[in-house]
This record gives sequence, structure tokens and C-alpha cells, in this order.
Amino acid sequence: MKFGVIVFPGSNCDDDMVYVLNTLMGYQVRKLWHKETDLQGCDFLILPGGFSYGDYLRSGAIARFSPIMQSVVRHAEQGGKVLGICNGFQILTEAGLLEGALLKNNNQKYICKNVFLAATQADRLKPYAIPIAHGDGRYYADNDTLKQLQDNEQILFQYCDAEGNINVDANPNGSLLNIAGICSKNKNVIGMMPHPERASDPYTGNTDGKTLLQKLIEI
Amino acid sequence: MNLLETAQQLGLNPEEYQKIKEFLGREPNFTELSAYSVMWSEHCSYKNSIFWLKTLPKDSERMLAKAGEENAGVVDIGNGWGCAFKIESHNHPSALEPYQGAATGVGGINRDIFTMGARPIAQMNTLRFGDIKHPRTQYLMRGVVKGIGDYGNAFGVPTVGGEVFFDSCYQTNPLVNAFSAGIVEKHKIARAIAIGKDNPVFIVGSSTGKDGIHGAAFASKDLTEDSIKDLPAVQVGDPFQEKLLLEATLEIIAQDLIIGIQDMGAAGIICSTSEMSAKGKAGMDIDLDLVPLRQPNMLAWEILLSESQERMLVVGKKGLEKEITEIFKKWDLNCVQIGKVTDSTQLRFYQHGELVAELPADSLVLGGGAPIYEREYREPAYFKTLQKFDIQQISEPQEDAYSTIAQFLLTHENICSKKWVYEQYDSMVGTANLSTNKPADAAVVLVKPLDKALVMSVDCNGRYVYANPEIGAMIAVCEAARNVVCAGGEPVAITNNLNFGNPYNPEVYWQFVGSIKGIKQACEKLKTPVTGGNVSFYNQSSSVNKAGGDVSNAVFPTPTIGMLGIMDNLAWQTTLNFQKTGDKIYLLGKTHNDIASSEYLYSYCQVKESPAPYFDIEEELLLQNTLKKAIQGGKILSAHDVSEGGLFIALAESAMAGRVGFKINTSKQIRKDAYLFGESQSRAIVSIKAEQTAEWELFLQQEGCTYEYLGEVIENNFIVDEQWLMTVQEAQHLYQNALEKHLTQ
Amino acid sequence: MKKFIAEIDIMPIREILDPQGKAVTLGLNNLGLNEVAEARVGKHITLQLEAESEDKAKEKVETACQKLLANLIMEKYSYEILAVE
Repeated sequence: MKFGVIVFPGSNCDDDMVYVLNTLMGYQVRKLWHKETDLQGCDFLILPGGFSYGDYLRSGAIARFSPIMQSVVRHAEQGGKVLGICNGFQILTEAGLLEGALLKNNNQKYICKNVFLAATQADRLKPYAIPIAHGDGRYYADNDTLKQLQDNEQILFQYCDAEGNINVDANPNGSLLNIAGICSKNKNVIGMMPHPERASDPYTGNTDGKTLLQKLIEI
Repeated sequence: MNLLETAQQLGLNPEEYQKIKEFLGREPNFTELSAYSVMWSEHCSYKNSIFWLKTLPKDSERMLAKAGEENAGVVDIGNGWGCAFKIESHNHPSALEPYQGAATGVGGINRDIFTMGARPIAQMNTLRFGDIKHPRTQYLMRGVVKGIGDYGNAFGVPTVGGEVFFDSCYQTNPLVNAFSAGIVEKHKIARAIAIGKDNPVFIVGSSTGKDGIHGAAFASKDLTEDSIKDLPAVQVGDPFQEKLLLEATLEIIAQDLIIGIQDMGAAGIICSTSEMSAKGKAGMDIDLDLVPLRQPNMLAWEILLSESQERMLVVGKKGLEKEITEIFKKWDLNCVQIGKVTDSTQLRFYQHGELVAELPADSLVLGGGAPIYEREYREPAYFKTLQKFDIQQISEPQEDAYSTIAQFLLTHENICSKKWVYEQYDSMVGTANLSTNKPADAAVVLVKPLDKALVMSVDCNGRYVYANPEIGAMIAVCEAARNVVCAGGEPVAITNNLNFGNPYNPEVYWQFVGSIKGIKQACEKLKTPVTGGNVSFYNQSSSVNKAGGDVSNAVFPTPTIGMLGIMDNLAWQTTLNFQKTGDKIYLLGKTHNDIASSEYLYSYCQVKESPAPYFDIEEELLLQNTLKKAIQGGKILSAHDVSEGGLFIALAESAMAGRVGFKINTSKQIRKDAYLFGESQSRAIVSIKAEQTAEWELFLQQEGCTYEYLGEVIENNFIVDEQWLMTVQEAQHLYQNALEKHLTQ
Repeated sequence: MKKFIAEIDIMPIREILDPQGKAVTLGLNNLGLNEVAEARVGKHITLQLEAESEDKAKEKVETACQKLLANLIMEKYSYEILAVE
């Protein structure tokens, strides 16, 4: 499988993604510049974290009009895999590839820390410890959409405590239903606020993110 | 108004004006005069500090770029790589508008790093505010923290460490010092130099507006009501532009398209053109009509002096203009050729086809024509008063008061967790922060290409420096080094940020001179040269004029030290947390019957006048060498230095990080309050496996290091001399939430 | 007491850099809207308030703008006050 990491102006987790996928996991990776439209034969597209266009106006709002996004949308419509992390998730919701929106954290502050994630689909056994780092991470959608996400099993990750309990205290940003990550109906487009790539290098003392990435790749 | 009066209004004295006339061989025009006024200001010329700064050690085998030579010092970290690092203040802008002041400070220091060709991989900051209960303090702190976060987070470089300290001496003048470190392959180190006749000069990045030109503006006779109105009062930072500028800059350097590059910070175009030309013994012809402007109809001196952010001056290689322009175009950035290098050593600026200023480049710069002053200094009266302190004046607390004191210190704003601050900073972007899950005394950041780590700490206890500038500054250097050593690093070099009051006040200058002497001694002993940094004077309340005033309304002298260390073997990484019950706890170094300048004495006992804590540089060296050997020999499980709050706080921090308790006994030879809360220097606590006790003690005896067996790691409880103080959960709760509580009460 | 609605616009002062406006301009140009020469981005705030008269309401809105809503070092404000039945 060949991975394409899309670089928007202001992306800042693009190199981290390449490092984890290529250096740590041994995959073939290409960086794709946002002004291009050619996906260079990549099967799995990643929209990395960062502050595309400075996150001015709304996070992800300007980036979603970058030329490459037309190709990303086409790729997704044809069933191709797309993963958006943090700012990438915000871009995917702005582009309409995923439902809902990411609003300002309910404490009105940027938050960077380790949190726990319950994988509601892939692996229910043990919560993953994964860092978050965002100012606009409060997942919001209307009730109908939320119900649809639940009915179709589109909620992939929820914030939980160390024991796996999904409750208010474990919700870092006020996301509805503690939602940390969702996927599209066809499960080929995935968006998540936490950064699995930041918990992948053994030197950091936490490789939960690498395990989680591997599972996402295999879905 | 005659020219001399204008010069004086611009802050130049009559002798300086005379000197300018000699350099030019004629009367200067206003544009030229304003150019000298900013280049010869304290900020650019270091005229009141350079005499003493030159006494600091700046050599070691590792230095690739020494202090004052380039925008930042560069240290050899082995395997063909260097580390560029520096600290810089943005105190006064942050007092005016905390959010933008702090944000642009972060922007400025990072430009200093990537203009060297180095990619920043870690940032730190040190903040000083007034009384935490004061609404203005809280306003400043919220703004500064958000400004640092928003800029640094978007720029994409992790903030991995720092310190926050509160004291009412910083009420009017908060301190905001930002540190950045980057890595660069040796052959890609860029220089701030202009050479080679006809090489093109480009301005790149943001457009130029009337930012930061107040001083000159008010001396300009062209000043009208309208022109005051269109002067921006603050500079606005744009981290998005900076991120693009970073990528584009590293690309042109990596592709070997340029001769030199310099960031435009203070004094903008005039500073970068003169410094780059002077260094290359060259000149430049610049057409100001070509500079992209944000505001229309800017005058020549406004363009020359503008401090608009996110700009660089680039001297390209002739013939490669197209390649350079293409790269900036790719990143949607301005890149305009505004002139060329000449072989004249003169700077010539043209506007509307006319020569508007002609200046010898060398006459403007530090090390060239800029003035150097030796200022008068005098020991202030307070110094003798502080020495009169005697520990006997403080009665020993009752046995049952210890738990109260422990709680007081754990929740004190200068000691408690700074989680409220650092969770607003992205500390993990770059996936190289090795401290996230392994807390230590210093930040440990992986250098990915090398399987090595940089180990960094910023430190300064201004209260110690106030009490004794020489000793206090030595302690600042040594504590920073001790933190690096405890985390498993080898200290290699420092950058310093010297924050003081008004240098024209002889008592303030005495604090400055003493601090320099202290830094010099400590750096020579530790073999950590000074690679550069920044001086910030005038951190003194506005009632003081240039004639001096009273030392008592200056901030504590605060020479912040940013220590860089290297960890050649990642197995040496050492954390501060206790690990499992039964492990043995030792104190390395000697405890003295000393509570001087401790947080306990100052805040709990409310005694503000005492000398610096006990310090001996030889004991410090022995401690650090012993710790290094112990760590590299794999002898210890954890290490944590004893600093603010004393031994008790050090133990509590190690226990909280490990979610365990401790049981220790104090010494009968020393007052219990001094033993637990005193801040006598050169001490660290370590834990070891129980079965290695004998071997460990033998090692310490061989090293000649003073030590005490304190006790052992137990479950849950903090127990001192058989007295139960609290549980680790209680301690956590107090320590973690205190800062937020202080801010909401 | 009468009821009023204040429609307040807060804009960055012209002379200072507006990074947000600049990024929006770039985004619009990249979209093909090259006709857009400059975008500036500010805030719109609506306040509902009670006051004895329109003049009194104005006073209160002035205070709100000056003390909290606008950072006068960097922003200017303008507003319109509408009486509500």
C-alpha cells in the first residue's frame, strides 16, 4: 500500500506522519503538495494535523478549496481510503466528506495532553493512550446525524478514562457523545482529533498510536 | 528645531551626534539620523552592556558559531550536525499588549534560529509576573500564555519546558523570555553576510508597514495628527506566514542558492542591511520603491526602520534569482529583489530615483562604529541589610505545623504544577519530545537523524540574584546545568537573557555587573560557554527616568539561563519519578542549616530580607560529576534536583510523578525546617534498588560525594520522622489544581 | 425601561496587520476569485439590553465596547442601536 500525506500551507504534522509511516512502520509514503491534483498513485491519503491557512476564518475552511481536495473527494467517492487527523479531520468535515463540525473546545483554550480513547468498533478491550492537541476539537452534529452515526456504527473513537469508562470527566473538549473520531458510511473516510502518530515512537515511551494506526490501515 | 535637537529627541547624545558627523563627513539628514538612532540604541548596539558581555567565556571545541558572530550560536552535537539555540526577551511589548507581545516574541526567536539554516525542534519560555491575586497579573498571564501558545502551536514547534514565577517586583514589568533550539547539518549553516559585488538583495516574507517606529516618528518634523493616527501601537504576529517563511527559507538554504540571510527584527531593513554588509566588508544599493508595503506613502526612514514581523533579508547568488523567486512563490510569499551588493562598504538607499541616505555600513553596527560605554556602578544599601539575617530570628515551627507548611508550599504559585500553562502549548508536535511520558528535571528532545537527544532547561531565581547578584547568577547557571545532568544530559553551552532595570542607575548596574561575574565564573567551571542571548534593560517602573532613580522599583535582576545539553546515549535518559516501593532514597550533596531566600522564608514566614542560599561551586561540580557517572553507569532509578521548596518538595514531586509515597528521617544536626524546606544549593535526590545499597554507598565514597540515606519509597503516604503528612493523592490534588485556583479566586 | 438591540462591528485597525484577512484573501484568490483585492475580518456582536432611553443605551454600549468587546490598541468598533417593541 502506498500512502500520500497531503501538505497544506500551515500543515505541521506532515513530517511526523511520514516519519511514523515510513521510518517506523516501513510503508511507502509520498508527500502531496496541495496545489497539485495528481495523487501519484497513492492508495491511502492522509490529511495531517496543523494549522492550514493559519486556521483563520474557521479551521479547515480555506484548505478545503485547495486544488488537491478535488482529487481527494474523487478518491473518497471511489471508495479510496482517507484519514484526517486533527486539522485533517476539520478539513474533511468542511469538505463534507465527514458529517458534523469541530467547534472551539468548551474551555475556550487549546489543550495538549494525553487522553484515553475507547475504540468502539475495532477494539473494545483496552483504551488507547493518545495525545490530543487542538483548540477546535468539540465534535458537534445535530441529533439526526448523531443517531445516524450510531445506527451505522460510524463512531470509531470516544474519549474515556483509564478504565475505559465513557463519561463527562473523561471528555476533554465537550464533544457530543465524547466523540473523538468518526468514519463515513462506507467506512473509507476516517477523521479523528487525537494524534496517533505522536504515540508511535518507542523512544517516547508510548506506542499505542502505532497499534491504533495499524488497525485503521487494516479496516 | 535644529539637527542636534532632533538627534537628542531621537535618543542620541551630543557626543554621538558629533561622531555621526565625523563618519559621514557632513551633517546627516533625518533619515540617516534616525538610522543611527535605532542602530545605536541599547537594543541593537548593546552599548551599555557589551563591555561586560565581552568578559564572558565564548570558546569551546564545540562552537561552530560563537556569540555575536551570527543570529544565534551554533554548537557541534556530533555526526556532522549542529544545534542553533538562543533566548530573547519581549518584555516591554508584552506589558503593552500581552497576547501580541508574547506571540511576536516567539516569532522573533524562531526566525533567529531558522535564519541559521536550522529547523527549530524545541521551544521553551520563562515568564515573570507580579502578584498572582492582582487582576492585571491575571490579564497579562492569560494573554501571554495564549499568545505564546497560538503562535508556537501554529508554527509547529513543540514547547517542551519553561518556568513561571510570581513576585510583586514584576507587577509593572512582566518578563517574557522565549527560547528556541534548532538542528542543522554543519555544511548547511547559513550566515548573515553580504559579499560579492552585484549579488542580488531580496526582501522576503510579509509586507512592510509602519510597525515599531514610534521613537523616530515623534522626533520627525513631518509628524502630523494624521501620521500619529496611522502608527500601529502594536505589532501583530502571523504564525502562518512564519511557518511558510520557515519552509521557504530552509529550502533556499538547502539548495545552496544564497550567500547570506538575516531575520528582520529590531530596526528592520537598516539593521539587516548594515549588519550583513559590515560583516562582509561590502556595501549595498537598495531601491526603497521596490519594498512591498502594507501602508501607502511610507517615507524612506519609515521603511528603513519598520519592525514589521515575518520578514527576512536575503543575499542571493547572482544568476540564481529565478530559482530563489520560484521557491517563495510556491509558498505564496513575497520575494522581491530590492537591490544589490556593492564593493563600496557604503549603504545607499534610493527612493523615487533620489539618493535618500548614504551611510558607511560599518559605522552603524556593534563592533564597528557603535558606541560602547562603561557605566558607573555602586553597591546598593540593601545588600548589607540582607546579610544581617540570622536563622535564629526565625522560631522553629511546632511539630504539628509541618503538614500545614507542606500544604502551603505544594499550593504556592511558585512551586505548584504549571499544568494550566503548559497544557495550552503543543508540547508534542514533531514526535520528538521524550519527556511527555517520562518526566524529568530538563526537557529531553530526540534528534531524529542521530539517535541522540538535546537536553534543555531554563532557570533563574531572581530572588537569589537580588540577594547576591554574583552568587545568584552562578546558581542560575548551575541549577540549569544540574537539571540537564539529572535528566541524563551533558551540559555544553548556555544562552542568557539578562533582564535588569535602568542601566543608568548605578545600583541596578551593580546588579548587572555582579550577575555577569557570576555567569562567567560558573560557565568557566562547568565549561559551558555563552553562545549569545539578549539584554533587556529598563525593566523598571515608568516613574524612573534615564537619570536612574531608585533600585527598589526595578525588577529583581533576572539573568535567565538557557542551558543546552547533549545526551549521546539515549539509555542515559533519567526520570524524576520514584518507581516502586522498597526502593531506597538518597540525598546527594550537603544540607546546611540554611533557609535564606527560600520560598518557605519569603512566603510562609513572610521574611523578605535574607541573603542568597548557601552555595559552593566546588560542591556543585562534585555533585554533577557524581550524578553523571551514576547515570551513565546505570546505577540509579531516578534523579531530581533540590530547588524551590527544598527537600520536601523534591521528594513530593518524585513521589507524585511515580504515584507512590515516601518515608524518610531528617537529620538531628540541622533544624527540621531548614532540612525540609531550606534551599541550600548543590543537592539532588536519587532512588536506587534496595539490593544495590552497599555497592551504591561504596561508589559515593569513592567519588567523595557527600550523601545521606533518607529512607525508602512506600505506598501512598508521605511520612517524615514517623509523622504522617498526607497521601500522594492529596498532594496531587493540591499540587495539580493550585494554579487554576489562584487564578479563579 | 425600554428594550434595545445593539449591533456591534469590531474590526482590526486598518494600519495593523490583519493575518486572518490576508489568509482569507489568499484563499479566495486561490479559488479563482482574483477580483478580491483585500479581505478584512472582524467580529459582529449583538447585545440585547434595557435602558431608559436610546442615549442611555448608547452609553452602555460604549462602555461595553471600550472596556471589553474591543481591544482599542488593535481594534475599532462601530454600532447601531435599534429599539425593540
